[in-house]
Amino acid sequence: MAVELEFERKPKFLLDVQDSLIMIRRSTTHIIRHTDQLLGTFFQPIMFLVLFAAVFGGALEQSLPKGVSYINFLMAGIIIQTVAFGSTTTAIAVSSDLQKGIVDRFRSLPMNNLAVLTGHVVSDLARNGLSTLVMIITGLAIGFRTSASPWEWLQIIGLIGLFTLAFSWLASIIGVMAKSVEAVQWLTFIIIFPLTFASSAFTPTDNMGSVLRAFAQHQPITQFVNALRALLLGTPIGNYGWVSLAWGIGTLVVIVPFASWLFRRRGAN
Amino acid sequence: MAKTDYVIEVKNLKKAYGSNQVLEGINLKVERGTMLALLGPNGAGKTTTVRILSTLLGFDEGMVTIEGHDVKKDADAVRKVIGLTGQSAAVDELLTGRENLVMMGRLYRLTKRSAQARAEELLEQFDLVKAAGRPARTYSGGMRRRLDLAVSLIAVPPVIFLDEPTTGLDPRSRIAMWDIIKQLMEAGTTILLTTQYLDEADQLADRIVVIDGGKVIAEGTAAELKSKVGKDRLELTLKDGKGLIAAVKVLGKQVVDTDDKEHSATIIINDTNKDVQKVLEALTKAKVTLASMAVHKPTLDDVFLSLTGKQKKAQTEEEK
Ligand SMILES: Nc1ncnc2c1ncn2[C@@H]1O[C@H](COP(=O)(O)OP(=O)(O)OP(=O)(O)O)[C@@H](O)[C@H]1O
Ligand SMILES: [Mg+2]
Repeated sequence: MAVELEFERKPKFLLDVQDSLIMIRRSTTHIIRHTDQLLGTFFQPIMFLVLFAAVFGGALEQSLPKGVSYINFLMAGIIIQTVAFGSTTTAIAVSSDLQKGIVDRFRSLPMNNLAVLTGHVVSDLARNGLSTLVMIITGLAIGFRTSASPWEWLQIIGLIGLFTLAFSWLASIIGVMAKSVEAVQWLTFIIIFPLTFASSAFTPTDNMGSVLRAFAQHQPITQFVNALRALLLGTPIGNYGWVSLAWGIGTLVVIVPFASWLFRRRGAN
Repeated sequence: MAKTDYVIEVKNLKKAYGSNQVLEGINLKVERGTMLALLGPNGAGKTTTVRILSTLLGFDEGMVTIEGHDVKKDADAVRKVIGLTGQSAAVDELLTGRENLVMMGRLYRLTKRSAQARAEELLEQFDLVKAAGRPARTYSGGMRRRLDLAVSLIAVPPVIFLDEPTTGLDPRSRIAMWDIIKQLMEAGTTILLTTQYLDEADQLADRIVVIDGGKVIAEGTAAELKSKVGKDRLELTLKDGKGLIAAVKVLGKQVVDTDDKEHSATIIINDTNKDVQKVLEALTKAKVTLASMAVHKPTLDDVFLSLTGKQKKAQTEEEK
């Protein structure tokens, strides 16, 4: 053999970070080369936004607080909904890695296995960021107006980022547990659809039936939507910001180690 | 821990999937720089064994060490010294051949420069230079297998597991793969290869372990296994049915098999030179003329069939 091989001599945690960077790069390359999926990243949010604004706008405007247009109300909800559904991509990517046997390869390497999941989650963060940007620009084009200051924009970005991470990690668990990519698709759908619709994303919760209202007002998606809405529209944020932060961080603290444990176990018995 | 002479040691390995006992106490030892072929039919437990040895799968009982490292207690140490080419190609479909190699090299903790240089070397060696810039998704089955093997060699591990590396390859690619494997052996790599093909085990391996139904049913060198099934056979083909009847009359009980369509008779011989002569003399005396004759040495196929045949019979009877 002609080539002299040199191995890295960094401390273990730096090597773990390096593994994550390598896997983030891999997943990002996947996203870029999956051209059809990438198109969805652009067009799906535009479609949702325009359709919801056009279909529900007229009927719902009366039930909104005075002076709030439906497009302004909708923006926060549609961003959260798009990001929540966007996490399906993470679940599918994880699941298809597991089906294809490439995970066996990764497992047989001296690498940090959590990096496989980190790669998908973080690259998805970038993709969702892009979706969100497209939506905000489209929103501005069809009448959305915001009063957010630069400092509020930072909070908005942080909040969306935290929500995306928490949801993508959750989705990665579905990806690890599901037996097939098809199963991932319906599983994520039956979890995310009710969660986003039984929330304040598209309509105010006040007019919902009492049981539904109790659920909708307390579930995490509503907290995020309300916090985001307040930041975008310059209305009082109340406790929604802190509660969202707690939900997001709490989810990550519980889910990341759990996902890592599940991923290591899967197939190893 | 001092390194043993045996790079791979497996003692009384047992594994069940639920109530399905897949491995029923496997024992294996592979000496440094040699190749062991694990030979067995579909469902014998070959892949299960390889997955356990390469830290992918847990097991219920027994002990497995690779280079002195226990696969259960010290999986990371094991992973540093092994390369795995699984039964289904485990390459990233969306990445190019080159990207696959470099990425895996980096995950083996090679420096970037080493990983890149080694990738080029392997692309050259595996005849993938032209395809190096294309996504692996566009590769043919044979190219994918080559890339898969190249990937597992990226960090030059001293121990390699090859799970059916030539299944699904055309004869030419198969021979090319054998050449690559032979080069690995010359370089002193310790190899555990699984296969359903007897000629493959015969061609490549120093020792062969035959497993069926999760049990070792025979082991030894190819020559040892062949001698177990034993004797050479002489096949005599006559000109017509009359000739066959006449020949059978002459040879009597020596005939173990006849084929009326081909007008041929088979007899077992112990000493090829003497026995063939005797048979010819007897036939000439009786004025029986031969169309052709051939001596058949036992192949590993015979070994295989005679060893696994019994269990097969038992199975088909159960199914009835
Ligand atoms: N994940 C699993 N769950 C349940 N049973 C399994 C699982 N994987 C393998 N088996 C069973 O274990 C037995 C051995 O399978 P294994 O894949 O090791 O066979 P093999 O010798 O590699 O066969 P082949 O030549 O077809 O690759 C089979 O009966 C198979 O059905
Ligand atoms: Mg197999």
